Amino acid sequence: MGRFVIRRLLQSGVVLLGVTLVVFLLLQLVPGDPVRVALGTRFDPQTYEALRARAGLDRPLVVQYLSYVGNALTGDLGVSFRSGRPVTSIVLERLPATLSLAVTAVVFATLVAFPLGVLSALRSGSPLDHAARVFSQFGVSVPDFWMGIMFILLFAGVLGWLPPSGYVALTDDPLGWASHVVLPAVTVGLVTASILTRFIRSAVLEVLSEDYVRTAEAKGLRTRVVVLRHVLRNALIPVVTVVAVQLASLLGGVIVIEVLFAWPGVGRLTYDAVQARDYPVLQGAVLLVAALFLLINLLVDVLYARLDPRITVR
Amino acid sequence: MSDPPVLSVEDLTVTIGTRRGPARAVAGVDWSVRAGETLALVGESGSGKSMSVLAATGLAPRAARVAGRVHLLGTELTALSPDRRRRMRGRHVGFVFQDPMTSLNPVLTVGRQIGEAAEEHLGLTRRAARDRAVELLDLVGIPSAAGRVDAYPHQLSGGMRQRVVIAMALVCEPDLLIADEPTTALDVTTQAQIVELVADLQRRLGTAVVWITHDLGVVAGTADAVAVMYGGRIVEQGPVDAVFARPAHPYTVALLAARPEPGAGGGDLATIPGSPPSPLDLPAGCAFWPRCPVRGDARCAHELPPLVPVSVDHHARTFYRPPREDA
Ligand SMILES: Nc1ncnc2c1ncn2[C@@H]1O[C@H](COP(=O)(O)OP(=O)(O)O)[C@@H](O)[C@H]1O
Ligand SMILES: [Mg+2]
Repeated sequence: MGRFVIRRLLQSGVVLLGVTLVVFLLLQLVPGDPVRVALGTRFDPQTYEALRARAGLDRPLVVQYLSYVGNALTGDLGVSFRSGRPVTSIVLERLPATLSLAVTAVVFATLVAFPLGVLSALRSGSPLDHAARVFSQFGVSVPDFWMGIMFILLFAGVLGWLPPSGYVALTDDPLGWASHVVLPAVTVGLVTASILTRFIRSAVLEVLSEDYVRTAEAKGLRTRVVVLRHVLRNALIPVVTVVAVQLASLLGGVIVIEVLFAWPGVGRLTYDAVQARDYPVLQGAVLLVAALFLLINLLVDVLYARLDPRITVR
Repeated sequence: MSDPPVLSVEDLTVTIGTRRGPARAVAGVDWSVRAGETLALVGESGSGKSMSVLAATGLAPRAARVAGRVHLLGTELTALSPDRRRRMRGRHVGFVFQDPMTSLNPVLTVGRQIGEAAEEHLGLTRRAARDRAVELLDLVGIPSAAGRVDAYPHQLSGGMRQRVVIAMALVCEPDLLIADEPTTALDVTTQAQIVELVADLQRRLGTAVVWITHDLGVVAGTADAVAVMYGGRIVEQGPVDAVFARPAHPYTVALLAARPEPGAGGGDLATIPGSPPSPLDLPAGCAFWPRCPVRGDARCAHELPPLVPVSVDHHARTFYRPPREDA
């Protein structure tokens, strides 16, 4: 297991290297000069050249790339064109906001989808099953920004129960954080919950038709034991992946939602960096998201091996 | 002969609601099996063999409507609540299903899967159930049982897995073992071993056995009585010797003729031309009429033949009377 993790971490390093190269090359293709944009109306040739030199943009591309990678290995992702602050700290500052929103949304989604998906499979064809199907259909077809606006209007506007937008750090004020995270997390989480409900329902239905479930019933086990020990233990193995994929995709930042709720996460950062052509920040954000994605994948593989004895990691 | 049957089924009918209408999977079936005895249920795929034992023990699919009377150890099962029926399963009836590759849960150890029925029905602790599982693995002839008890199904061969399934079925020392084509998915050598194992266990434990098969070859050596099913009905039943010596129904005759040579492997019955009727649309007369090579009586086409005696305990559902060889 230990060797598996180490090997996978090394592989992840290689993937991240590839990510830096692709992003670097793509940014070369984007028209427009980022330094010019950063200077805006204060443009004068001397400052321009000085800034280019400071950012190392006057060097050959290969040198630029190699020095970027070399510095990245030491944790230095360069400085923002716009603010001049180190990219590493800019990106990491945004992580708690994104992480706490994504995890809250996925926890909410799982808490909704799990009982709903399982029960609608166990009672397939029942009114509850139909209700669950309507819910998932609604969740995947209604645009999340529209749902977000409705929530803001209802819960912040009409009812006044929750703040319409903004962010408070969890570590500063847990209650304040909670009141601010509810609306964006539920908005994002409803979509995730719809996807998960469908998936869990079909995973459970599939296992219910397995021969070993009939074997368990033939043994005269209680329904509760059959469901928990035989059905769910098997059905949940693929569900783990889907939950993880959902989490990973939310960690990339939910740009529209972060903008709508003024949530200062990685998605918002990416959006602003694109607007400002702040390439070092953009690169840093992409790298962070890719790293989180790879980490989650690794965790899923380890978890899989624990849940399914047929899979061994070497 | 006078002790009461372990399991008896009277006029058992199973109708399954399907999208294309009601399917009469089992249509008025009677049989019974006594302690220490083996009843073979024989017939082609789709003839209602599995459904009849599943329905009798409360395992029929949700869409199935079950009618008739089922007595297990004198208790009328169809009148019981689903929960009371559940408590009889595993405790008094053990099941062995066809495919040991799919009938074991892949994420639980075989020891756990054998022991859990003992936890449920005998109140054993998890530890005691594990010890019991080791005993059972030993009983069904798995070498170094103590080392295998924590293995997962995928770590065992097909034959070993079927032994595990048999161990699972016998863990509470049930009065009846229902084996639904337990050798069909196995290779010929393993098949013979499993047949021998069940016969041996039956002798030692005095268990009644219902052995479902489409292979009459298996029946000859192991069963006491045989019931031949076709289109959801029993078309012939009686002591094995009598049915084999003097089959009365053309379907039984055809089955016996289609029996593979011993050792030839592959017990499929492709040699009877045509295919069994759909349970959605059973013929008015004898269900075998469309395929019948004899058609010895005009009434067979549109009148359901009654089950009539051929000799002592030997009955056949046909109007046709084969010519007596000894007459
Ligand atoms: N779940 C089900 N839904 C509808 N029809 C079924 C179902 N299970 C079995 N049947 C039908 O019932 C009939 C008897 O099936 P079965 O008892 O499995 O046959 P056998 O065990 O003799 O091969 C078949 O025609 C089959 O198509
Ligand atoms: Mg069958």
